[in-house]
Amino acid sequence: MATGGASRRGIGPALPLLAPAYLWLTVAIFLPLSAMAFFSFMTELPMSGKDWSFTLENYAAFFSGALYPTLLWASLRLGLEVTFWCLLIGFPAAYVLAKVLKGRVREAIFLLVILPFWSNGLVRIFSWAMVLREGGILDTALNAVLPFKVNIDLMYSYPAVIIGLVHSYVPYVVLTCYLTLQAIDDSLIEAARSLGASRLQTLRRLILPLAMPGLIAGGVLIFVPVVGSFMEPRILGGRTGTFYGTVIEDQFVAVFNWPLGAALSFILLAVVLVILAVAAPVLRRAQ
Amino acid sequence: MADVRVEKVTRSFGAHKALDEVSIVFPDGGFYALLGPSGSGKTTLLRMIAGFDYPDSGSIVIDGDSVERVPVDKRRIGMVFQNYALFPNMSVADNVAFGLSVRGEAKATIAVEVQRALDLVQLGKLGERRPHQLSGGQRQRVALARAIVTRPRVLLLDEPLSALDKALRVDMQVELKRIQREIGITTIFVTHDQEEALTMSDRIGILRDGRLVQEGSPEEIYDSPASEFAATFLGDANILPGTAEGNGLRLADGTLVAARSTVLPAQGRAASCAVRPERIAILPAAVAMLDGKENSLAGCVAKRIFAGSVSTYFVDCAGQTVKVLVQNAGQPRLGEGDDVVLRWSPESTVLFAS
Ligand SMILES: Nc1ncnc2c1ncn2[C@@H]1O[C@H](COP(=O)(O)OP(=O)(O)OP(=O)(O)O)[C@@H](O)[C@H]1O
Ligand SMILES: [Mg+2]
Repeated sequence: MATGGASRRGIGPALPLLAPAYLWLTVAIFLPLSAMAFFSFMTELPMSGKDWSFTLENYAAFFSGALYPTLLWASLRLGLEVTFWCLLIGFPAAYVLAKVLKGRVREAIFLLVILPFWSNGLVRIFSWAMVLREGGILDTALNAVLPFKVNIDLMYSYPAVIIGLVHSYVPYVVLTCYLTLQAIDDSLIEAARSLGASRLQTLRRLILPLAMPGLIAGGVLIFVPVVGSFMEPRILGGRTGTFYGTVIEDQFVAVFNWPLGAALSFILLAVVLVILAVAAPVLRRAQ
Repeated sequence: MADVRVEKVTRSFGAHKALDEVSIVFPDGGFYALLGPSGSGKTTLLRMIAGFDYPDSGSIVIDGDSVERVPVDKRRIGMVFQNYALFPNMSVADNVAFGLSVRGEAKATIAVEVQRALDLVQLGKLGERRPHQLSGGQRQRVALARAIVTRPRVLLLDEPLSALDKALRVDMQVELKRIQREIGITTIFVTHDQEEALTMSDRIGILRDGRLVQEGSPEEIYDSPASEFAATFLGDANILPGTAEGNGLRLADGTLVAARSTVLPAQGRAASCAVRPERIAILPAAVAMLDGKENSLAGCVAKRIFAGSVSTYFVDCAGQTVKVLVQNAGQPRLGEGDDVVLRWSPESTVLFAS
């Protein structure tokens, strides 16, 4: 029904409004992406001056050993774990922001939450390095308050990667959940409570279902980039920080095997799209 | 079912006292209307009784249990909200079932109870619909069914009809009253519509600035307002100022108005009396005969508004305008500028200190 009006008048009137966005998308995403797709089927880069020809070798390389699938699996797991922690941390924060705090305090906390957005990613990661390493801020602080000696060296470990990524991406969940929670009328929550529902029952049966679109949007927003992330794993993970994303990065900046890097990227894209497509019906039902 | 006793409940927001030592007994099975101008504390009091907010001091007793520190989900109350507050993610039946299901009732019991409640509000066939597929009146009925299906001890309604248009509102008033009688539940109803309060309730409490200024049956409050505020807030009233004298009032022009003998203000003090417009008879000056027992004032018709079955006259007398409501029963009509005499009985005159 909603499309009825548009189809009667045709898309014509909307064209001037749509054109800039689509032009931009074409230039900024479609063109580079097609170039990459093109590269992924080549033996050498045309710019290198060497002879080149079309090949499927680069895609075959992914399946030639256990290395790439294992790394992809590790990255997918990383994506799930980071998404899980972000939702777990971000949702309560969004709830407090949307439903508990008021006025000035809310604005101040909100600012703190989105601050990571405004700071440079590298600065953020290196400051975590200062906190997490042995003799770093966390180690020193804990030893200062605890009566016994503890040795905290989280640097170059899987938890360090998780911590760095969760910190970078949790604002997405806070924002998307804040928006959906804000839209829930307080009287709905009061109605549930007046009907005898405890706080927990109200959360489970009313607030979570109503906030589901925000949780899902936040989850997808996080999962996709985390699976391909390379900066946090490289800097905070060190030797343990080899993931699918870091291998792709290597192909581009260290090995200069762009065709392989491009092919690996497209495999990642395909896998993520398949996962989202499979999850879509489930997620839609959850909404 | 249960009675509700509110004793000396005070609640302040900052320096502002939204409720100031309010004490009310809401009788078991009664329909009690809380009436008052905007900001008088009606919602605040209702939310205290519901348990959404706690009093600074004072006690709230439901069915003999002190509940002022009991959280809302343990109070066994039913509440209907002004904006209905139906859960958008659930069907009508699931909305109604919510209270029973969080309590852990068996599925079969829930289905039976839900159907009974929906039948009671005459929505038996709409259980599968979503709230957004209902009209305003139907949503209100669902909200009511949802609130009563758990058999709460008290039903609390905060201006439940104010979002409905006039015709639907009258229908819902009748419906609400029927349902309340049928299940005999103690009901507390907040409104600032005086007509709604008069027609629906057995008792009315008038709040003003966080204080209870008067309470009683609709007739008591209408016939014997305790203050100028109560007289003008509930219904229409002519207020005549003067000084207290005997058991009446001496107006500025020297006329003595006799009043009903109630608690009298101190002699010689400034006072005023209230007379309802429909209690005053209006007669042409030429035919008016003096009757020592009745109050009378001479005046001149300033304006007449014809409204079919009734006419309203505005009469200039004793230095002010007096409103008179007359049934159009075939008596000769008076025109603007006619000299008239107004006459009403002392029984219809309520005196209070001002
Ligand atoms: N949460 C709050 N914080 C601060 N002041 C409040 C709060 N709730 C109510 N008040 C104040 O308390 C007073 C009473 O408010 P209340 O909502 O009870 O009025 P009401 O009688 O229901 O009015 P209305 O007819 O407009 O709904 C008002 O002056 C209001 O501003
Ligand atoms: Mg109110």
